[in-house]
Amino acid sequence: MSSQTPLIDARNLRVCYRSGKGYADAVRGVSFQLGKERLGIVGESGSGKSTIGRALLKLLPSARITADKLSFGGTDLLAASERQMLGIRGKRMSMILQDPKFSLNPVQRVGDQIAEAYLVHSKASRAQAKARTLEMLEAVQIRDPERVYKLYPHEISGGMGQRVMIAMMLIPEPEVIIADEPTSALDVTVRMQVLGILDTLVTSKGIGLIMISHDLNLVRNFCDRVLIMYAGQVVEERAARDLMNATHPYTRGLLAAQPHIGGSRQHLPILKRDPEWKTEGAGAVS
Amino acid sequence: MIDVRDLNIALGLGAASKKILDSVSFSVGAGESFGLVGESGSGKSTILRCMAKLFTSWTGDISIDGQSVKTMPPMAFCRTVQMVFQDPYGSLHPRQSIATALREPLRIHRMVDAQDRSEQALADVGLNGSFLARYPHELSGGQRQRVAIARALILEPKVLLLDEPTSALDVSVQAEVLNLLSDIRQSQKLTYLFVSHDLAVVDHMCNEFAVMQAGRIVEIMDRSALSSGMAKNAYARELIGASLAYDKVA
Repeated sequence: MSSQTPLIDARNLRVCYRSGKGYADAVRGVSFQLGKERLGIVGESGSGKSTIGRALLKLLPSARITADKLSFGGTDLLAASERQMLGIRGKRMSMILQDPKFSLNPVQRVGDQIAEAYLVHSKASRAQAKARTLEMLEAVQIRDPERVYKLYPHEISGGMGQRVMIAMMLIPEPEVIIADEPTSALDVTVRMQVLGILDTLVTSKGIGLIMISHDLNLVRNFCDRVLIMYAGQVVEERAARDLMNATHPYTRGLLAAQPHIGGSRQHLPILKRDPEWKTEGAGAVS
Repeated sequence: MIDVRDLNIALGLGAASKKILDSVSFSVGAGESFGLVGESGSGKSTILRCMAKLFTSWTGDISIDGQSVKTMPPMAFCRTVQMVFQDPYGSLHPRQSIATALREPLRIHRMVDAQDRSEQALADVGLNGSFLARYPHELSGGQRQRVAIARALILEPKVLLLDEPTSALDVSVQAEVLNLLSDIRQSQKLTYLFVSHDLAVVDHMCNEFAVMQAGRIVEIMDRSALSSGMAKNAYARELIGASLAYDKVA
């Protein structure tokens, strides 16, 4: 990791959702730093990985977020007012969501939606915004951007929709992108393409990327560093290329439970959950 | 066991009518597990829906055990073919307890020993009898999918149609359900038709599979052809290549 000050510094981050009369912990004491790198967060559903992404953007109005430190490029996110957050959200830190079908406005042309992202965050004219949008559509490898600009979300495929989302999130030139399951809704053949585009753009522009996913293969291939989460805690941190040598029994269990092409037809090993993993502080804090 | 000949279906009316399946033919031997892979929209689930008679406007012929499903009496058909759906949250009635869900088919088919049979069906999928009193919201995703499998098995069918049975589940839970499915296929001598978009899962479960694109089967190959790169069709090669690149052990 780079020696400069990290883009995001989170220490002992805790997020509690209101449940009934009390609070339920979704994230319990997670610490990590993000530089200009690709950080993967993996875990099963309910492990709290998406909650971290939302907490960073303060998109959880009803939850209680506490931390010893939660800073983004020098700004203390915990103390930031909603007005300050509006200057951060989208402009400096943006989020790509899972399904383009539900995250694009169905009654607006996709080009106008991308241009809007640009207009909100800069003092550009409409013509400039359109020119920039067309450039961006080209950058995400959409052939014939002029035509696609005028299409409505229902007229484009899932893969193209996700590329439109990437263009929209990248156009204000943020410093950090949080991708929450960016390709789970896509077919394998399209998935590789979309990931490749995201990867090239993120690396060439020096953007910090947080990739949230349940898919171990994805984070192994497209991230530098991986945090493995279980029950709201980070149980292990690994360099992505070293993921196969994970030592925590939970990570090992997840890796073993995956079927492989050309693998043996034996029973897949079943993950045995040790109640001890849930106890607080059981996670390996690096 | 399953023989599909020249299956065609078009959905939509008038000018909006679109051909979804275009002369699909394949056959599956008794006790085999046959996979269908392809992109979303390629028609793989539509084949299952035609076979399960959820769509009836198809042409061509589907026969099971030598009998055409179109002429098979409905009661006998349900005793032969059952289906498990993708989303365990959507496929169980939220206001019915597990016992009610399991007993309904037994009542319709006038099968006796409802209590014993439902307990046995749950035991077969690795759940104990105490689950009978529960409601779907009290179960995890993996448990719900097990109940859905138990519900399909309670009529002792010969053919199980599996429509992405594990894609809504986490890897660890997927492993449990896949193991369960291979066990019951052996113990109850079932024939599977297994739809999945995940080539690794199909490779694990099936000896033979068909690659689909835009409503057609572009290639039928067996498992050994997969890693040796013997696919003949360009699209099949692309799909296998992409899946292998994704799956590669770093």
